[in-house]
Amino acid sequence: MGNKQTIFTDEQLDAYQVNSFCRLHGRYHELAPHLVPMDYTNEPDCKIPLALIVNMPELKENPFRDRIVESFSEDGMGNLSFNEFVDMFSVLSEMAPRELKAIYAFKIYDFNVDNYLCKEDLEKTLNKLTKEELTPEEVELVCEKTIEEADLDGDSKLSYADFENMITRAPDFLRYLVFVETDASKPCLCMHLSIFIILQYFTLLCTKNKIICSTLLLTNAFLICKIF
Amino acid sequence: MSEGEMARLMEEVEEKKKLIATIRNKPWRMKRRLVLLREAQQFVDKFEGALGKGKGRKWYAYKVMMTKKWIKFQRDFENFRTACIPWERKIKEVESHFGSSVASYFIFLRWMYGMNLVLFGLTFGLVVMPEVLMGLPYGSIPRKTVPRAEQDTAQDYSVLMDFNGYCKYSVLFYGYYNNQRTIGLLKFRLPLAYLMVGLGTFGYSLMLVIRTMAKNADVGGGDGDEGEFTFAWKMFTSWDYLIGNAETADNKYASITTSFKESIVDEQENQKDENIHLRRFLRVLANFLITCSLGGSGYLIYFVVKRSQEFANRDDLSWYEKNELELIMSLLGLVCPPLFETIAELEDYHPRIALKWQLGRIFALFLGNLYTFLFALFDEVNTKLEEEGSIKNASIWAMKEYYANFSLPVNDSDATPPPMDPGDVILGPCWETAVGIEFVKLTVSDIQVTYLTILIGDFARAVIVRFLNYCWCWDLEAGFPSYGEFDISGNVLGLVFNQGMIWMGAFYAPGLVGINVLRLLSSMYYQCWAVMATNVPHERVFKASKSNNFYMGLLLLVLFLSLLPVVYTIMSLPPSFDCGPFSGKEKMFDVIMETIDLDLPAFMGTLFSYAANPGLIIPAVLLMVLAIYYLNSTSEAYQNANMELKKKMQMARDEEKNRRNNTDSTNQVMKDLEDLLPNRSLAPPALPEPAEKPKEPEGKPTKTRGGAAGKGVDLQKDVSLASSNPNAREPVTRAPGARGRGQPPGGRGRGGPPPR
Repeated sequence: MGNKQTIFTDEQLDAYQVNSFCRLHGRYHELAPHLVPMDYTNEPDCKIPLALIVNMPELKENPFRDRIVESFSEDGMGNLSFNEFVDMFSVLSEMAPRELKAIYAFKIYDFNVDNYLCKEDLEKTLNKLTKEELTPEEVELVCEKTIEEADLDGDSKLSYADFENMITRAPDFLRYLVFVETDASKPCLCMHLSIFIILQYFTLLCTKNKIICSTLLLTNAFLICKIF
Repeated sequence: MSEGEMARLMEEVEEKKKLIATIRNKPWRMKRRLVLLREAQQFVDKFEGALGKGKGRKWYAYKVMMTKKWIKFQRDFENFRTACIPWERKIKEVESHFGSSVASYFIFLRWMYGMNLVLFGLTFGLVVMPEVLMGLPYGSIPRKTVPRAEQDTAQDYSVLMDFNGYCKYSVLFYGYYNNQRTIGLLKFRLPLAYLMVGLGTFGYSLMLVIRTMAKNADVGGGDGDEGEFTFAWKMFTSWDYLIGNAETADNKYASITTSFKESIVDEQENQKDENIHLRRFLRVLANFLITCSLGGSGYLIYFVVKRSQEFANRDDLSWYEKNELELIMSLLGLVCPPLFETIAELEDYHPRIALKWQLGRIFALFLGNLYTFLFALFDEVNTKLEEEGSIKNASIWAMKEYYANFSLPVNDSDATPPPMDPGDVILGPCWETAVGIEFVKLTVSDIQVTYLTILIGDFARAVIVRFLNYCWCWDLEAGFPSYGEFDISGNVLGLVFNQGMIWMGAFYAPGLVGINVLRLLSSMYYQCWAVMATNVPHERVFKASKSNNFYMGLLLLVLFLSLLPVVYTIMSLPPSFDCGPFSGKEKMFDVIMETIDLDLPAFMGTLFSYAANPGLIIPAVLLMVLAIYYLNSTSEAYQNANMELKKKMQMARDEEKNRRNNTDSTNQVMKDLEDLLPNRSLAPPALPEPAEKPKEPEGKPTKTRGGAAGKGVDLQKDVSLASSNPNAREPVTRAPGARGRGQPPGGRGRGGPPPR
């Protein structure tokens, strides 16, 4: 994590209110070590270009990675300063509220940046989602149905009000628009597994039975295979 | 500071604090947030000191940290739980490539595996293990020993494959179990346990099937009726942002595409509108044809069974006549399903509904199979029962002879003769073991046939199509034979009937459940591999119905059908006299009577005898019938209420859409209303007094134009919201007096053309 005192002042740390703040700065620095200074106390003004950011592991496989980065950048071209970088992770974290995610989701899917989701935007979204496997007629049908379902004011495109009305009722939405900064699930599972193994060791000491021993070994092997 | 100032300051501080708390929720750029945050914090710091200490910040940070840890823990626990469900990833992979209907078969298979595992645990733990651990070992009593005559061939592979020899006299079958009332130190009552486990198998399966059906009925709100926003949600919420792995991403793309295709199929079915009469006629025709063929095959089966009975008495049979029954059954099983499918194309149903019809028809066909099998089995049982009578006498006679012969060489009549060697005792025919052997053989041959069919029908076909395509005249992949599609109905029915066989045979062959568990386990891996490697997705990928209730319904029916023979034999057929846990008793359920008499306290015996009184049972049955009727009518009432609510919701939604959407119709209504108003110009000229009145309301519009006062102005506003209303512009720019037509009835007189 480095020495907090030399990168940010206490005031800055408090201001950001993000828990894994130093880790984020570490990752921002890693993306472009020659561009990003280590010392942020003077709030330097540097931006990382789009091409470097979309190589992050969280974004690499995402079909909307370009749009995500563009919607958080001030210039709309995808160059993120550190503030915007933190913003992106903050909105896409588990703690962000639904309304905030809905706003940014709308921005992400708005390809031509006109504050409406028109048919071309929907077509682009669909093609990115299905890697262009659907025929043009099917794409047409889906986009038409989508607009028919969600459009409330009858202008054949979705405004933010339409989008929000539709998305707040979706059961899956909140769960999906989320990043996890580091893959901490494996270490956690390992911890659970090690506790389990310790408990087994104690039971073995008590019973000293071959059959129980072998069954426990088998279950352990099974669980380890499942996890990895 | 004065009181008022204090209060105002406190309010502002509260506001700033609220801003600090909610600043993360605002969709602002980071810079703006930081600036405002700094401002707010400075303000709070400055004035909080004047008002009193506040300890917000540290507590807030702590709360945030705990919330985050809790969310993380929940997520990990969910992941762990999902990781423990077996084969979840495999099934998800199949689902992403082949759609949810094919995946529903594998989910059904997994559910069956779970149920069989529990049944296996019950049988193994309560029947097999006690006999092995605490009962007499192999070779100690006649029923546990291979008879001397068969001992030479008992280890031969062919004999073992037929489940004779050492297999027959092992824990696998009914005949091995001893009829001692209690065994071992723990005084374990094996015969009672055997009967209870046999009945408990059915009870547990019944309970599980009905519970699953009830749970599914809860979840499923109808086929394909997801209500609003199907496509919109699919488009905007289907991508999982947590995916970082390329392979998972590929699977996700495939599953999203498949899911879209499924919904498109549903939508196309909805949009289809054709000649209803023609469709109805075709459907009636198709049903008629299929009923004819089902009737024909039923009669053919009956005829062939009768012929086989005649053949059983003759000896000079050709190969065809010997195997006529099996041949006809296999032929029917091969020919009829494709025939039904071809006829069903006349009906033009949604693929999901067509699948259900197909399943139902093939089920009816396979019932014929079941009928022949049970018929043959009952024949065999009856012959064995007759044999038993004669063998009983023969074995007692042989025993007496043995003792008589024994006393000759030893001239000491005080010595007790050693018991006859178990291999020499003449054993009865033991019809239960014979029945068990039949079931086990049937299951094993079923397994072999299934696996071979997949290997040849799918794998060999795929290999041929792939590699022969290079040197063949027509395109093998596009035309005939091409790659196979996964046959959902055939596989599901195979699974259901297999389970029926297991239920029937588990009472006579406790090892059968174990064999089935192994079979389901290997089947899962084998079929998953075969599907991914050799099959192609259906042309029209369709969504499985949300509840699996159709499969469960079939399973329930088969459960009842398989319960009947077992209960019949328990209640009415006498058990064999020298093999099995009930040997020596009149009827199998005498064990229960014995237990009640000997093991339970006296009053329980009298209690049970009261409970078994028909005078008590008939009212109880009547009560249950009434309860069923009552619950049925309440559930119908709930369903009706549900439909009403759904209709109301739909109406509310449509209304909202129309209100903002359909400007022309509202405008048209307004226009029509206007036309209906009495034409004041035709009225007699107004008196001076009424002429005054129009002046007053004239003054009002100038005041109320800017705001909404009465209903009249509201109506004006509504009309002006509609963008395509040509008249809407006018009220804003010109005085209301100039607008004649748009005036509400009350203000009709003001400003308009009241003729002076």
